[in-house]
Amino acid sequence: MSDVLVHMENITKHFGPVIALNGVSFDVKAGECHCLLGDNGAGKSTFIKTMSGVHKPTSGEILFEGQRMSFGSPRDAMEAGIATVYQDLAMIPLMSVTRNFWMGREPRRRVGPLKVIDFDLANRTTMDEMARMGINLRSPDQAVGTLSGGERQTVAIARAVYFGAKVLILDEPTSALGVRQTANVLATVDRVRKSGIGVVFITHNVRHAMAVGDRFTVLNRGQTLGTADRGHITAEDLQDLMAGGQEMAALEGSLGGTV
Amino acid sequence: MSVIDGATDERIKKTGGLRRWLIRPELGGIVGTIAVFVFFGILAGDSGMFNAQGILNWSQISAQFMIIAVGACMLMVAGEFDLSVGSMIGFAGISIAMFGVVWGLPMWVAILITFAICMGVGAINGLIVVRTGLPSFIVTLAFLFILRGFTIFIPQTVENRTIIGGIAEAAQGDWLAAVFSTDLAGWLFVWLADIGLIDTFSRGSRAGEPVISGIPMLLVWAVAMVIAGHVVLTRTRFGNWIFAAGGDAQAARYVGVPVDRVKIIMFMTTAFCATVFACLQVFEFGSAAADRGVLKEFEAIIAVVIGGALLTGGYGSVMGAALGALIFGVVQQGLFFADVESSLFRVFLGLILLFAVILNTYIRRIITGER
Repeated sequence: MSDVLVHMENITKHFGPVIALNGVSFDVKAGECHCLLGDNGAGKSTFIKTMSGVHKPTSGEILFEGQRMSFGSPRDAMEAGIATVYQDLAMIPLMSVTRNFWMGREPRRRVGPLKVIDFDLANRTTMDEMARMGINLRSPDQAVGTLSGGERQTVAIARAVYFGAKVLILDEPTSALGVRQTANVLATVDRVRKSGIGVVFITHNVRHAMAVGDRFTVLNRGQTLGTADRGHITAEDLQDLMAGGQEMAALEGSLGGTV
Repeated sequence: MSVIDGATDERIKKTGGLRRWLIRPELGGIVGTIAVFVFFGILAGDSGMFNAQGILNWSQISAQFMIIAVGACMLMVAGEFDLSVGSMIGFAGISIAMFGVVWGLPMWVAILITFAICMGVGAINGLIVVRTGLPSFIVTLAFLFILRGFTIFIPQTVENRTIIGGIAEAAQGDWLAAVFSTDLAGWLFVWLADIGLIDTFSRGSRAGEPVISGIPMLLVWAVAMVIAGHVVLTRTRFGNWIFAAGGDAQAARYVGVPVDRVKIIMFMTTAFCATVFACLQVFEFGSAAADRGVLKEFEAIIAVVIGGALLTGGYGSVMGAALGALIFGVVQQGLFFADVESSLFRVFLGLILLFAVILNTYIRRIITGER
């Protein structure tokens, strides 16, 4: 499997006496959308924060394109090509779309002794990239606060893709959105996947997962309950797994022997 | 899911030009500036407020406010306050006097040491704020008292007085002191007097000389700092990081903006502005006093708020703050020219502050679409 971008092997994470993750294995391939499902407290957030460099795993291996990696900070992970879009921390509402899009990586040009932001380039690129994601901005100067929740997520996704993300982690991008905005974001996920980026889609909404997912992994109480391919599992089964009410033995069958 | 691929979204209302203007942070400042000039043009138009000397008078007062407002504005955009600005002004003045006059160092050395100490204190302010996560309001309030205490204690202990004179004599011929005290373009005013546009002294030792000897360095510093602050804030990468740090520090950190460094540098910038203010003041007066700069921190904050900055950070304009400072200076001196009881100035300040904050809150709702 040469196209595996990130492989997480047997990850554990302890916070003092609390075992947040107890042996989680997970991988994501180029061009797929791998959904990570789990109820609240299942360890989804801890897991993706480990993947994106916020936490260091207590034990276990992270392989990025076959290489062992140890990320010291989110910046390290980002530079390697793992970008994370957090649900409510994606954007700064008072700042313009362009300023948000380029934040931290503003393009510059030289004017005399000064280096100033190249706003022509920045604005043009922002408009183009947003148009590719299916959103036509009124103006690149408009404040992000005037965008809908779904559009904000899309700006964050477009930003990550533009800056060369190979793996895109989306932390519950649809949980606070309405029906139509959710559809927009899911369509964006689909576009991103088709461009060859590996998407890790975290959600606790089975219907959203089924809409775009190629594979589904269920986390419960800090452990993976198994991974299923699209078409080998029904929404009901996923729902039951997330609820964690069934015994492992009973689950194996429904997961097609991949547990 | 192809429905979202439409070219335009019919639900987005066209925004009018007026609304677009409303969300500019400078709007309040522009409207206020026009209003005060019209007001005093009517009330004090023939009092000498708008002749050469009058203009010099209120523009110098405004320039003083501008210098500290630049730093306060950028710091507020970065999401923090500095209440120690006023004490820093007094402290820096006494520091220059102690090193340059009492301890006899060359004046340029005294100035450079003072800048280093004050910006160091600014850095400590910033470090404490970012390390402890305490509100900058409290941390800098502590330094308001600490600095003022030292400002009185040091000259009192060493010299047994809290006003130190003799600075002009000690600064004679000093190149760095000249940067804060020379009047520029004197020839222009001689010429203006020759063609009768400005008055000359009719009596005394300077009879025949124009009433204005040149453009004070105070004005040059103020204009230069406003332009520099405006360019940095709106045009540079660092400026974008200042907005980001104040807008949402956590979101900024996630995309790699060094938020802590930005905030510390902004605290050092306000300290720099306070020190510039102090230098201009001591070389103009020729003396330093331990009670200088009292309440300046609040005046700076008021100018910034009139200029459209949000107290919560992430939004504001140096140009707006400069206009806020101009309003300040014009009103303070205008009431004097109009022969109005000057205590009313404080009433005006309180009212305009209240009005500006309410207006800013409304504008914020427009920008972010909150209801």
